[in-house]
Amino acid sequence: MIYRPLWSVPRWAGTDVLDELNRMQQFMGRLTDAFQTRGGARPAAWAGVFPAVNLSEDQDGYFVRAELPGVNADDLDIRVEGRHLTIAGQRTIAMEGDKVCYHRREREGGKFSRVLGLPGDIDAEKVTARLVNGILTVQVPKAATARPRQISVQ
Amino acid sequence: MADTKELQARNKQEVSPEAEQTRPGRIFTPEVDICENDAEIRLLADMPGVAPEDLTIDLKDDTLTLSGDVKPLQAEGETPLLVEFEVGRFQRQFSLAETIDQNRITASLRDGVLHLTLPKHARATSRRISVSGA
Repeated sequence: MIYRPLWSVPRWAGTDVLDELNRMQQFMGRLTDAFQTRGGARPAAWAGVFPAVNLSEDQDGYFVRAELPGVNADDLDIRVEGRHLTIAGQRTIAMEGDKVCYHRREREGGKFSRVLGLPGDIDAEKVTARLVNGILTVQVPKAATARPRQISVQ
Repeated sequence: MADTKELQARNKQEVSPEAEQTRPGRIFTPEVDICENDAEIRLLADMPGVAPEDLTIDLKDDTLTLSGDVKPLQAEGETPLLVEFEVGRFQRQFSLAETIDQNRITASLRDGVLHLTLPKHARATSRRISVSGA
């Protein structure tokens, strides 16, 4: 009677298949990396919440910027609570009359709300916001304790 | 339509230009609404960050080109901590029907939204002709 040892076959096959899968996975990873960096459509940080914001800092404070075209300053609600900045509001798209036909309809209206945690302590009293050409800029000064202070050596 | 729904975050549409670029930077497609009635076609385009003096509206051979430059938002000396959107030039082209009266096109830019009115030629608007008996 001829029999083949059962364990030898799956082991050979198994290792080969796994190696092949690993190679494929690595290759796919490189491929998607290449797409993301070259296309650049989606920046590295992406929370997926409207509005997309850019946060930057200098010595004295933080700057939060968001693209909000067609939003009235009156429709924006910006609050600070602790280290958290909330940007909420509404974007209304005016409706045309009845006798129109739309060829393109890509702009969207609706409500939005986003909370952003800032990395350091802030001076909530001195937060200012500006809306210029559809770009919102919120300037958040750092708390005095969070600012770098130069110590002179005696 | 009541705007009660939640706005969803969307990526800015980046385009790779057909012509080779001599200027560095990225190019994005603005989102537009185009609607038409009997007398005119109205076009609204979202171009946040474009100042009125940086907007170019060009009309050549029945092709309407909108392009607007956006200056970098960050000032010198700022360190970026979180970058969720990039800024660059907005550009989009449309071909116009011959019915547009190209001399009467008007444009205005408010809060980062371009409002463009493209009136139709008088002969293209439908007119009712009354027939009188002989």
